[in-house]
Amino acid sequence: MSDLHLLTVTELVARLTSGACSSVDAVQALIARKQATDGELHAYISLDEADALAQAQVADARRAGGDSAPLLGVPVGVKDLINVKGQPCSCGSKLLRPYTSPYDATAVARLREAGAVLCGRLNMDEFGMGSSNENSSYGPAYNPWDTARVPGGSSGGSAAAVAAESAFVCLGSDTGGSIRQPASFCGCVGLKPSYGRISRFGLTAYASSLDQIGSLSKSVADAATMLQVMAGWDERDSTSLDLEVPDYAAAMQQDLTGLKLGFPQAFFVEGIDPDVADAVNAAVEHCRELGAEIIDVQMPHIKYAVAAYYVVATAEASTNLARFDGVRYGDRREGGNPEQLASCTRAAGFGMEVKRRIILGTYVLSSGYYDAYYLRAQKVRSLIRKDFEQAFAQCDAILSPVAPTAAYPQGAKLADPLQMYLGDICTVPVNLAGLCGLSVPCGFTSEDMPVGLQIIGPAMGEEMLFRVGHQYEQATDWHTRRPGIGGAA
Amino acid sequence: MKQDLVPTVGLETHVQLNTQSKIWCACSTAFGCPPNTNVCPVCLGYPGALPVLNEEAIRKTVISGLLLECEINLRSKHDRKSYFYPDMPKNYQITQFDQPLCLGGGVDIEVDGVKKRIRLNRIHLEEDVGKNTHYDHGSGVDYNRAGTPLMEIVTEPDIASPEEAFAYLVALKQILSYGDVSGCNLEQGNMRCDVNSSVAPRGSDTLGVKTEIKNMNTFKGVRDALAHEIKRQIREVKGGGVIRQETRRWDDLAGQTASMRAKEYAHDYRYFPDPDLMPIVLTTEQVDAIRASLPELPAARRARYVSDLGLPEYDAGVLVADKAVADFFEATVDISGDAKTCSNFIMGELMRLLNEREVELVDTKLTPESLAGLVMLSNAKKVNNQGAKAIFEKIFDQGGDPEAIAQVEDLVVEAEDVIAPLIEQVIQEHSGPVADFKSGKAAALQFLVGQVMRLSRGKANPQAVSEELARKLGGK
Repeated sequence: MSDLHLLTVTELVARLTSGACSSVDAVQALIARKQATDGELHAYISLDEADALAQAQVADARRAGGDSAPLLGVPVGVKDLINVKGQPCSCGSKLLRPYTSPYDATAVARLREAGAVLCGRLNMDEFGMGSSNENSSYGPAYNPWDTARVPGGSSGGSAAAVAAESAFVCLGSDTGGSIRQPASFCGCVGLKPSYGRISRFGLTAYASSLDQIGSLSKSVADAATMLQVMAGWDERDSTSLDLEVPDYAAAMQQDLTGLKLGFPQAFFVEGIDPDVADAVNAAVEHCRELGAEIIDVQMPHIKYAVAAYYVVATAEASTNLARFDGVRYGDRREGGNPEQLASCTRAAGFGMEVKRRIILGTYVLSSGYYDAYYLRAQKVRSLIRKDFEQAFAQCDAILSPVAPTAAYPQGAKLADPLQMYLGDICTVPVNLAGLCGLSVPCGFTSEDMPVGLQIIGPAMGEEMLFRVGHQYEQATDWHTRRPGIGGAA
Repeated sequence: MKQDLVPTVGLETHVQLNTQSKIWCACSTAFGCPPNTNVCPVCLGYPGALPVLNEEAIRKTVISGLLLECEINLRSKHDRKSYFYPDMPKNYQITQFDQPLCLGGGVDIEVDGVKKRIRLNRIHLEEDVGKNTHYDHGSGVDYNRAGTPLMEIVTEPDIASPEEAFAYLVALKQILSYGDVSGCNLEQGNMRCDVNSSVAPRGSDTLGVKTEIKNMNTFKGVRDALAHEIKRQIREVKGGGVIRQETRRWDDLAGQTASMRAKEYAHDYRYFPDPDLMPIVLTTEQVDAIRASLPELPAARRARYVSDLGLPEYDAGVLVADKAVADFFEATVDISGDAKTCSNFIMGELMRLLNEREVELVDTKLTPESLAGLVMLSNAKKVNNQGAKAIFEKIFDQGGDPEAIAQVEDLVVEAEDVIAPLIEQVIQEHSGPVADFKSGKAAALQFLVGQVMRLSRGKANPQAVSEELARKLGGK
């Protein structure tokens, strides 16, 4: 078996450019690696091998013709809720299993233009609703470090595949931590860009004011490459921002001398796993040694973030998911009349957690409850945004844990959704405030499960994430450690 | 119990804007295309598709607001209104809940010589839905219409009779046509009305329980349905019954309204701001620029026709009623320089033929150039009235140059030197009537004119002949 699958995107691009390997070689290596690992991991929902190889051949032909697009021939896995023309896009839901996407998401179109081979649909919590990937209608994905444990969610399949090297890089989406938390649980790099940085057009909406497309990768440099390709204004997304996209690769090279990094204690919630706290504290120390100044910043409203998040997100979701009625697409269940058609389709098609969140969201928007829930949650959101504004007046980036714990055993929190929701405490404030966040590997627990460090930057300040993340990564070797699954080299 | 019950009526009128593309996507708004041909992931509500607001739709709504004397909200937003129905692709409608684009305003009407202002509450911009068709074996949905920009124009409860409702709709249509914001084509469903009505004792402080008649698409239907519904409510109340708050449907054939569904449990639409769209922010400068480009409204135009063109009030009123006709009139006057003759042709021949043929001006071959040519031909007395009418019908049906038509059809009146001997001949041959005329019987002159016309085979100008005869015979 070739060892091409071990490469980062940066390394693969170098080999493709030099002619040391072809895109077809890379796709074949990936397929072989998937075959070796996915029986245990279930990271993929599907992978159309023939189509992937055909795309790779086209990429190789482009290269032979002198093309040198930045991702030419690089296989990219896609979380199953991002539309790729001609591919399924079930969103992990039973309801959308028969649906084939008629169009490319803007981020996908930009990847295509950059030469990427769009290869595989990655497992996820249904419609992005979950933190453990246990809410997939296809069955859970498993953590490559310990398959008895969850990979995190909702982009659990993407994180598991990247960590197990059955994908070079994957797209994920992050509404409340759905990229960063699984990245932390699986020991890879997870980037949630600022709201508006990447077009949401083609990303199946969970909570429109919080969703962002991002990447799960083996290195910070790969995350920067992916963002460079996907970022920028899109006329088809009114919430995308018309701002210059900086040169991320250049920003990454600057050292940490003179940087002020905020380290708020507010993220160290009660019940945090001491191993996680130790790893994060050590990482912060490491950043100090690399030349950064660590300062304390106050974030008094973080404690309300989870409550506000679950009101705002479910409210938006309750309407975003209303379109899945079986009339135009999806797994239709006939009823005697249109109302029953919709109701039967939804009853049969949605899983438990999705139903729970639709009901919750419907409730908080109901007449008479709107002010008490939705409006109040929006006020909390403003306060959290202000907390961050004040913090960023004093520092360049903020460091925190990604989650209070490392990956937990399958089923551990399934019966208690509230416990599961509380695990999102460190990540949801970033979405509520529209900021960017990066999860980078920073150590292991005593049970050898990976721990992530979260770097939070101001809105549109991804350069800072890459700078801190890359400098830290280059000074440590956490990111080079790989799980032993599938007979890893 | 005897009481004088009076109706209170308010209208919600949905007006489709005549933008080229839909409100959230680039799909065409063309009417009458095969089902589901003007659709895309956005207007079909596919997963991941996002709306982007059509700026032309904002502009046309602002134009409407200014023409209807509304206040333009410099900051408005769109909200989601949730309810399930198969014709609605997202199962929420994007509309404007608490911050509409336009507030207030009004429409002036006149019924039986009484002038009145119907105040508006608001105008908001929303999306139209698709269209359901029911067959024996099931139902079909056509989403071509889904996402057509729609203004909802809401009145205050200022309307007091079916006639006022009718007058309001006619005036509204006239203004919107002038603004070129909508096709205003009722057959194509460009204007659809929800009618709210209630009755209460005269002088009462509170309104009665209201009913709503949904989706009326003719003005006559609104008038008839309202007349029936008010009668029904009065009969109900006088008979000791109560009016239920409900939605009713107008059955045009049966000539009555019938209950559709009770509204006692008000639908909870769960409005909240649409997170996919940014608030609409307008500047005073933008609104002023639109204001500066507004077309002249019918009332102003009518006044100008009277003061500047010297037309009678009546002529001016008829001409401005339809913007297309008024525009055509002005273009014809610009070429011919004769407002009154243009007006006579338009009010006479044009209106008659439009009615007879049941067509609109755009459907005819008539151009300002051809009518102006006819006006000049007629003023130069090269054709007589009868000839002019014949030529008008030709240029109306087939187009063409009036002068050429006059030649081909042999309608040019004979020159004076051809007619003069004929007049002499008639005077010689009809001494009786000549004597009658001379002795004061004016009617005898008509006979003599007729004889000249006969001799000329209709190619004389009767008015000129009449004048010449009278001069020769020494009458007036």
